[in-house]
Amino acid sequence: MIGSLDSNVPPGSMGDKWTQHKFDMKLVAPGNRRRFDVIVIGSGLAGASAAATLGEQGYNVKVFTYHDTPRRAHSIAAQGGINAAKNYKSDGDSVHRLFYDTVKGGDFRSREANVHRLAEVSLDIVDQSVAQGVPFAREYGGLLENRSFGGAQVSRTFYARGQTGQQLLLGAYQQMMNQVHAGSIQLHTRSEMLDLVVKDGAACGVIVRDLVTGDVTRHSAHAVLLCTGGYGNVFYLSTNAKYSNASATWRAHRRGALFANPCFTQIHPTCIPASDEFQSKLTLMSESLRNDGRIWVPTNPDETRSPDLIPEDERDYFLERKYPSFGNLVPRDVASRNAKTMVDEGKGVGPLKNGVYLDFAEARDRIGASTVYERYSNLFDMYQRITDEDPTKVPMRIYPAVHYTMGGLWVDYHLMSNVPGLFVLGEANFSDHGANRLGASALMQGLADGYFVISYTLANYLADHLGNQPVPLDDPVFNEAQQSVDDRMKRLLSIGGTKSVDHYHRELGKIMWTYCGMARDKAGLETALREIPALREDFWLNLRVLGDGPMNQSLERAGRVADLLELGELMVRDALDREESCGGHFREESQTPEGEALRRDDEYSYVAAWEWGGVGAAPQLHKEPLTFDSVHLSQRSYK
Amino acid sequence: MHVKLHVWRQAGPTTPGTMETYDAPGISEEMSFLEMLDVVNERLNADGQEPIAFEHDCREGICGSCGMMINGQAHGPQRGTATCQLHMRKFQDGAEIFIEPWRAAAFPVLKDLIVDRSAFDRIVESGGYITAPTGAAPDANLTLIPKEVADAAMDAAACIGCGACVAACPNSAGQLFTAAKINHLNLLPQGQAERYTRVQKMVDTMEEFFGSCTNHGECQEACPKDISIDFIAYMNRDYVKAQLKNRKLLSQD
Repeated sequence: MIGSLDSNVPPGSMGDKWTQHKFDMKLVAPGNRRRFDVIVIGSGLAGASAAATLGEQGYNVKVFTYHDTPRRAHSIAAQGGINAAKNYKSDGDSVHRLFYDTVKGGDFRSREANVHRLAEVSLDIVDQSVAQGVPFAREYGGLLENRSFGGAQVSRTFYARGQTGQQLLLGAYQQMMNQVHAGSIQLHTRSEMLDLVVKDGAACGVIVRDLVTGDVTRHSAHAVLLCTGGYGNVFYLSTNAKYSNASATWRAHRRGALFANPCFTQIHPTCIPASDEFQSKLTLMSESLRNDGRIWVPTNPDETRSPDLIPEDERDYFLERKYPSFGNLVPRDVASRNAKTMVDEGKGVGPLKNGVYLDFAEARDRIGASTVYERYSNLFDMYQRITDEDPTKVPMRIYPAVHYTMGGLWVDYHLMSNVPGLFVLGEANFSDHGANRLGASALMQGLADGYFVISYTLANYLADHLGNQPVPLDDPVFNEAQQSVDDRMKRLLSIGGTKSVDHYHRELGKIMWTYCGMARDKAGLETALREIPALREDFWLNLRVLGDGPMNQSLERAGRVADLLELGELMVRDALDREESCGGHFREESQTPEGEALRRDDEYSYVAAWEWGGVGAAPQLHKEPLTFDSVHLSQRSYK
Repeated sequence: MHVKLHVWRQAGPTTPGTMETYDAPGISEEMSFLEMLDVVNERLNADGQEPIAFEHDCREGICGSCGMMINGQAHGPQRGTATCQLHMRKFQDGAEIFIEPWRAAAFPVLKDLIVDRSAFDRIVESGGYITAPTGAAPDANLTLIPKEVADAAMDAAACIGCGACVAACPNSAGQLFTAAKINHLNLLPQGQAERYTRVQKMVDTMEEFFGSCTNHGECQEACPKDISIDFIAYMNRDYVKAQLKNRKLLSQD
């Protein structure tokens, strides 16, 4: 039913594509914009920036978020910073270098033209954020301060203490609230999208549940923008917020949108190790700490001394040893896998021997304890609150945890999915990070999509629909969608079993982490492919959701976990199909003699875009070939 | 650990609530406060009782979703800590813990420990922004901002909008939140053009929902981000000036 995938990448040289295409695309005149209704789902960086921009331009925008206020979206938790190719440090940065680093960091599995555009607009994002009042760190002279992040040899990361995501989100949120005040945006809080409505193959609206009143309502529009983040919570334990879920994208997938590269998940190297079986989530310690922290383990697996008593020659600074040029600032996937190797070899530290040290002693001697503390104060405080240990005195203990998902709904160069009128922005789409995202690039992408891409590409789509009315709310497609939403909720409430939603979520997480986590192999993935459907069947037989009032958190979670039980299976199928290692996807069968990820470009240089085939049925694979004109494909080396 | 919980249960916005008592044995001191509630909820679910509704999301102290009165203190006993980062090691074995929703007329209870804090959004909506439409911004380094100014703006901007300041205030005043939002922008050079209209609109909107400040300082004590009440003084100064300023002469200051 779906033909070949057209990425719609415009012609021309890499550096001119976006500029030329902005001229070539159709426009909607200012006076006509009010004749278009646009729905935005999600109010994180991508959603808030898109809504604000489209509202300013004159479109009728409706924003839906399941939070009590848009400012709580999980973008708020991003710590370290945002990349921009400003070259303010004059250390060799450029748009081309940011582009090149990002494609290489993604292990050559992203779409080149999208990444180049991202690098180009990175410059505008920092300008826009500063104009809004984002309080980025400053030098004493008043200029902007930068630091460096993994996978880069330049300082291009702008930051606001360890709360960059918070400050960028507040900027976008405030810009959006300005438009709410102006009346161009209708804001619906505590409202969860439960289905996408499609008519004649095109997106025409959504079904939404009010989480306070329980009312299910229909909303029609000329276009729907999903800005709903990633699906890392499929692993149960992750750095994602507890409410983060994949239901909006998964519901769209079931309505025909292709899901691309679902197995590309990012395991972040610096998180606080789990402390007990009741652990409800994992907490990230920003990658920026690797600027001043040195990662090591004791050489002796039976080491029992406290870290300060272990002499230098009995420590293994394994990243500095193996990767002298990048040292502790290798990309996330490389750092994570090496930490895993150390723990697997029995050299882990801490009571459960499930971490490695991140040590600030050298930085303390070099720049002074107070400067170190000032740079990372909120992270150090957070670490101490959680572990009861003071990282200015003893090394932190860290271990990798699921953090970000590079996969997502397939989109073309215009950020439009294969379902016309359905656009996907930010982490929810797949396009820019390939098989591994570099640090400080998620904020960049969310805001690039929302501020500087969607207003052009959406206008290009809408221009052909001038004069068309949105599909009426009593159309049969809305009746059918609302009926299926109602039926599903009734079914969840009436199972009457004995096990909680959290039980199933934890069990799914264990399967995913064991077989589809940091390292994957055929036998394990096939085991997962048996266990997930069995768990899903058990879910629909033995789940217990209590409560008969309209506000019901267990019911909300049940719907989300039901979707993750389907998505998890697709991730496993994708991981099984991709018999190569690339970025965050490490297939044990495909590695170099030194244990590094071995890509197989001849066979797997493609985007795997999956078409929904029904619950438990095999999805259909569509391939978008990846070609590289401006970067040279190489085996990544950070030595 | 073995603790005894007294929890406010309320089925909906218009139904009366009661304090219910729950015995919670077998709690690890490594658990966060919310993980302790997770365990209690799993047990309630297993017993056929509806779990306690509470808000939480990031569980790392930044989203501002969580918040409850714990033994009468907003976010509990640990200074500068949101409920999600409070750990059970801060409580004694055998402790009785009273858990209630934020108490403020401006934050009506929706269910159990969940309250409606949308009044905060109304304050921001009325003027809590710098008008800078996408696309027109000059180069980011064009305006020099002294480090001290950027740091002070950041101190204010660190507010997570949790509402503890209101809950802790005997008057249910919204001053600390509003002052944090205003000063984040009013301290910065980019925020000067709208400085006086901003403070006027936001303070006036605040007054529609919240009680008046009488300088108790409880807000600062309860704030999980240690936001200083100095910002309230700066806000009041700007508000007074706003009544007198001839806006046509602003660029001559």
